[in-house]
Amino acid sequence: MHPAALSLDNLTVCYDRHPAVHHLSGAFAGGSLTAIVGPNGAGKSTLLKAIMGLLPATTGRIDHAALARSDIAYLPQQAQIDRQFPITVLDVVLLGHWQRIGALRAVTAELRAKAVAALAAVELNDFQRRPIRSLSAGQFQRVLFARMLLQDARLILLDEPFTAIDARTTADLLDVVRAWHAEQRTVIAVLHDLEQVRAHFPETLLMARSGIAWGRTAQVLTPDNLRRARQMAEAWDESAPPCGVRP
Amino acid sequence: MSGWVDGLFAPFVEFSFMRRALVACLALGLGCGPVGVLLTLRRMSLMGDALSHAVLPGAAIGFLIAGFSLTAMSLGGFAAGLTVALLAGLVTRFTGQREDASFAAFYLISLALGVLIVSSRGSSVDLLHVLFGTILAVDDASLLLVASIASLTLLTLALIYRPLIVECFDPGFLRSVQARGTAYHLMFLVLVVLNLVAGFQALGTLMAVGLMMLPAAAARFWAQEVWSMAAVAAGIAVLSGYIGLLLSYHHDLPSGPAIILTAGMAYLLSIVLGHRDGLIVRFLPRKHLQT
Repeated sequence: MHPAALSLDNLTVCYDRHPAVHHLSGAFAGGSLTAIVGPNGAGKSTLLKAIMGLLPATTGRIDHAALARSDIAYLPQQAQIDRQFPITVLDVVLLGHWQRIGALRAVTAELRAKAVAALAAVELNDFQRRPIRSLSAGQFQRVLFARMLLQDARLILLDEPFTAIDARTTADLLDVVRAWHAEQRTVIAVLHDLEQVRAHFPETLLMARSGIAWGRTAQVLTPDNLRRARQMAEAWDESAPPCGVRP
Repeated sequence: MSGWVDGLFAPFVEFSFMRRALVACLALGLGCGPVGVLLTLRRMSLMGDALSHAVLPGAAIGFLIAGFSLTAMSLGGFAAGLTVALLAGLVTRFTGQREDASFAAFYLISLALGVLIVSSRGSSVDLLHVLFGTILAVDDASLLLVASIASLTLLTLALIYRPLIVECFDPGFLRSVQARGTAYHLMFLVLVVLNLVAGFQALGTLMAVGLMMLPAAAARFWAQEVWSMAAVAAGIAVLSGYIGLLLSYHHDLPSGPAIILTAGMAYLLSIVLGHRDGLIVRFLPRKHLQT
């Protein structure tokens, strides 16, 4: 087994003292392809945000091993992206070169060619000059995948990447995910479609705030585990007592 | 015919105050146009308005201390505008208050304070000067100030252009690839205040924001990328200055309102004629293309 790319040690992340991720421990192996599944409110997106450093850990810690910020690419669930913004598809994709161009360096012909190739890889040839406001949701998701292709990250975090995306686009983008896996990149995706997870994701973390099961997908997605995940209390109990688990 | 053409140039050839006013408009337009475009893209159009009012008490205090000195009034205006911008920004970040509400609260306090200071000490004529500006009385010092602010604006925008746009279009992405974009936002707010101070010399605190917002609002009907929008906005602003000055000269109108009304006309024409979403394009569509 590859050494862990990312490990969680007794991680708890809270909103106003109410835990969304609760005493979660485990590791994502380097080069693994893991699905995170669980009911709504199970803390899946919160976990990704905590890994990105967008939310602080209340207790426990996240060990990024040797990963720097530039080694991580993140596709948030409801990106706060202004889809009406006057910018072209190519300019959005070129942002994937941020680690090479930063705020001031020029976009060379070589970088531009790579961006065009990335657009071709998600089957958006001839879209370079199109303003993003003219794209459908699926086309725009392809653009964001093209941008991630250029980021050349070793750890890729995808938060519900195929929600509201049609079957053909999903299949194409899953091909991209599989290619990342083949290149030994670590990919973690929050998903809801269990059939899709069983078909394409070797590893699964099933969580309901706490971890329910984590390992080979076939052993994680058992009826018994899924039932336990569903039983998670949805409610936000205002008078919940302090947690008794020792940190 | 030659009289008509003469009318376009003669005022500027003949009178140095008209030449100064024209140069001031040129500089103002170059700075305000791009800043206005970015303000509209950040959905902060009304924040510009709020900040322009916020400049007043600072200008008034400068006026009290040094009389009708543009330097003192500009410094005061800059300090007051920046204070309001920072206070509003801080309240937004550290409480649940929304940015527009906290801007509105602080600018109203600031505006009332400004009117109070001017009216308690000065005459109503002074107040009119501050509120409506005196572009025909721009002297060398203030011309230099306006030109410096325009240059500084364009240089700064060139330096922070990429992160500023990413921060505006996809703030989550900027946060995921580098530290927060707050520094760029603050630098941009400083530019807004600086340009309002430049504008208030010429057009007064009430109308300074007009040369910022009207050309920017018009530009979206003509361009679909930020750089081209900024270029169109700067062009409209400069032309509005020129045409407004001519109108005010030939028809004996106050110059500030003439300039802003010209920019307003440019906006109305753009709504109708603009080839991006303009009314004509919308209601007289050309035949659609094959798929």
